[in-house]
Amino acid sequence: MAKHRGRGIASINYPIGMNLGGDPSQALVHSNPSGKFTVSLSSIDLGQGMKSVTRQICAETLGVPVEDVYVDTADSDTGPHCMGSFASRGTHRVGNAVMAAAKEARGVMMEAAAEELEVNAADLETDGRGNIHVKGAPHRSISTKDVAIAAQFKQGKTISGRGIFLVPLSEVNPETGEMSPATCYAHACLVAEVEVDDETGEVAMVRMDSAYELGRALNPRLVEQQLVGGAWMGISHALFETPEPYYPDPAHGPRDFVEYLMPGPGDICPHDIAVLERPAADGPFGAKGPGEMCANPVLPAVANAIFNAVGVRMDELPITPEKVLRAIKAQGGARPQARR
Amino acid sequence: MTKTALQFRHNGRDVALFVDGGVNLLVALRELIGDMTPKFGCGQGGCGACSVLIDGELHLSCLTLAETVNGRAVETLDGLKNGPNLHPLQRAFMEQFAAQCGYCTPGMLMAAKALLDRNPSPSRAEVIEAISGNICRCTGYEPIINAVLAAASGGRARA
Repeated sequence: MAKHRGRGIASINYPIGMNLGGDPSQALVHSNPSGKFTVSLSSIDLGQGMKSVTRQICAETLGVPVEDVYVDTADSDTGPHCMGSFASRGTHRVGNAVMAAAKEARGVMMEAAAEELEVNAADLETDGRGNIHVKGAPHRSISTKDVAIAAQFKQGKTISGRGIFLVPLSEVNPETGEMSPATCYAHACLVAEVEVDDETGEVAMVRMDSAYELGRALNPRLVEQQLVGGAWMGISHALFETPEPYYPDPAHGPRDFVEYLMPGPGDICPHDIAVLERPAADGPFGAKGPGEMCANPVLPAVANAIFNAVGVRMDELPITPEKVLRAIKAQGGARPQARR
Repeated sequence: MTKTALQFRHNGRDVALFVDGGVNLLVALRELIGDMTPKFGCGQGGCGACSVLIDGELHLSCLTLAETVNGRAVETLDGLKNGPNLHPLQRAFMEQFAAQCGYCTPGMLMAAKALLDRNPSPSRAEVIEAISGNICRCTGYEPIINAVLAAASGGRARA
């Protein structure tokens, strides 16, 4: 009876958003007379940073400070339509919609500024600090606040913009049946090291090393936060949690936090993450999206690591001590594989 | 049902209220006092979202009868900051990105405060043990552990 260490690897290609075209999201951007901007969305921030990242995208596109943008996701009844925050689609789909809306709003803002400064709008630029000035002549300047006041009370213009992002429909090639299921893929590779106790069947995480390629990381700290948390969910799906332990028999399922198993703070392991940035051609500022991909590679990597440690192929999740122990017994004992 | 008169200190302020028999402290805090910082997660002591300090000790307010805090001092997350100044733990949680959806955060902060009040420079294992009664579904715990260690004795934590 002993504890065996094993190492497993998994690589994934992860499509961003829903497949085969469509998958729309809308955004509306408007300025208040104070010169601050509001982004209206129905896309919900679950804690993953939807609000922060759309705020950044809007501010960058408008050319105003990020403090001057407020993102309102209050109500999907009154807000512009969104398919939702899932399928790793938020940054990519909603970000593109916000970018389109902010671009349109910026056009009106520059026209209004041009009218105030009595110049051509094409000769104006934003300084990112809340001012608009004539290119090459920063003293010919007006604040976005004064532009907003002039547009609202003098010119009768609404500084606003509409945006929608819709993926073109994927056509089927009648000859080959080929189609292009997604326009944008993220990639990941993860190595998991585990320790399997062949007496109890328990699997302990030893460490994880991963690399994620997710386009441009618009907010690197939020990306890292999501990857760290998502990997924990991966461990949980691999080794602990299930709402239906005796599927398809619904009996004896967990009913609450006391019965629903999850890894606690003592079950985690060191996790070294490398973020690789290859900007996506159709992403907002090159972004794809971490999303579900944070958790996905952990499951197969852990299953492979268990095989490497004790020689059993686990094909049902979660990989509980009972399943590991039965599998080890069925093959007549642990059979550690070559160390990788 | 007869109501019981109850007096206790709530974040340094005296409060007096009448509670029905059997009402738990979480309901008294949220519905009778209006302090919404302790969260209702499971109502049976399984998640730690309702954690508060009673006379400096960590308790699950959902499993504490309101009547038992008569004459005692109850601290919640609402009392953690000092005017406009955030508590070092709150600042560390922000700096370490230790919250995502935020639902577990009040309980995590109170569990961390209870730890640091009695052990200002805890080891990593001691931090893990101190928050092991609190469930977090978003962060993977790592940023929370790091935040508590960073806040401990101004960052002079043992390995």
